[in-house]
Amino acid sequence: MEAFLADAAQFLPVLLRGLGMTLLLTGGALIVSILLGLIWVLMGYSRFAPLRWISRAIINVIRGIPIIVQLFCIYFVLPEWGVDLPPFAAGVLGLGLAYSVYQAENFRGGLSSVDKDLVEAGTALGMRWPVLMRRVVLPLGIPAALPSLGNTTIMLLKDSSIASTITIAELTRAGQLLAISTFKNGTVYLLIALLYLAASLPMAAGVRWLERRFARR
Amino acid sequence: MIEVRNLQKSFGGRAVLKDVSLDVAAGEVACLIGPSGSGKSTILRCINGLERHDGGSIAVNGLPVTPQSLPAIRASVGMVFQRFNLFPHRTALQNVIEGPVHVLNQPVADAHARAMTLLAKVGMADHAGAYPRQLSGGQQQRVGIARALAMEPRAILLDEPTSALDPERVGEVLKVMRDLAEGGMTMIIVTHEIAFAREVADKIFFVDEGVIAEQGPAADLLSNPRAERTRLFLSRVRHPL
Repeated sequence: MEAFLADAAQFLPVLLRGLGMTLLLTGGALIVSILLGLIWVLMGYSRFAPLRWISRAIINVIRGIPIIVQLFCIYFVLPEWGVDLPPFAAGVLGLGLAYSVYQAENFRGGLSSVDKDLVEAGTALGMRWPVLMRRVVLPLGIPAALPSLGNTTIMLLKDSSIASTITIAELTRAGQLLAISTFKNGTVYLLIALLYLAASLPMAAGVRWLERRFARR
Repeated sequence: MIEVRNLQKSFGGRAVLKDVSLDVAAGEVACLIGPSGSGKSTILRCINGLERHDGGSIAVNGLPVTPQSLPAIRASVGMVFQRFNLFPHRTALQNVIEGPVHVLNQPVADAHARAMTLLAKVGMADHAGAYPRQLSGGQQQRVGIARALAMEPRAILLDEPTSALDPERVGEVLKVMRDLAEGGMTMIIVTHEIAFAREVADKIFFVDEGVIAEQGPAADLLSNPRAERTRLFLSRVRHPL
């Protein structure tokens, strides 16, 4: 136990830097995924059929490709076409894109839970589509999507470890390097697991809080 | 003011409105009565374009109802719903100013002042800051009426405005509607409140199976129904046992 604590004290500064990178990566990808997800879902609700088809196609294609392959495409293939992104930007973009389709589905679930009668009430007041979205559908639909959005965020936190494959020194990669150089696999991976939990458990509590809050409405 | 000619509407091959013609002049109160499923609500929903009609024509103030004219039509025709349909994330006051501010682009302060006048008119000024979930059905419906009035419509369509209310709450909503009628508001009301229709309606249309089976002045139609099915309907409504 004493040996464990001594090792932990020695490893923690490195792992905490990794955790910091993991959180940055997760936060960045979360923002990208939400913005893109909103775009996909608004396209999906458009009156113009081609926009709906494009949205559907994007969701099906991105959802059908493993995240690690998408990251490799952005980090290793795009440079061949002259788009050379630094690892962090590629990670944020890749994870954000991959997760945007789950966010779109979260939003779709939330928006479709909005009572059609309220849409009619807005329509009868003379609201056109953009006003109806901004004043009625989004303010009611997005809160309804928040609990599932929280779940997705926890999954994103864990999947950010995939970015270790494109040289980003986030928590998993920082740990791997430590483990390889010290051979203390048990200590290192236990610490990594505990650090992921330390980040995700508060998120889970946040999701439960949101669920309670919106159940009351 | 509202002219409906040979209106037809089908839902998935089922003809709900077969041939409906009716006229409501400015300042008139018309009540549509008839069995459930006869097409009364569909007539209202075609007038403000919530449903697109399949045949015939509708004109409001001489303006034909078409997809292009709908913004103008909706600006001049208000609607009150059976289930109130208040925006649950906005207070009574916010519900009332929603249309004036976000559709008519009125300054918030002006809309606010007029909304308070309207809420006072329907007896809801004390509840201006309340959310719909904190209000009874009757209170919500009075806010719904104020919301429709806030657009300064030329006419209001009311779709069974008291059907979803607890019996002891019906009176307060009917009172607001009676005040509106006395104020000269043009109204088309789908209702099952026969006594109310007799009191405030200028005209009654009896709708049955997608056609206007009978129409006439309120007292006349209710006291001396000519069509057999009108007679049958009225006797069932008046003597449910």
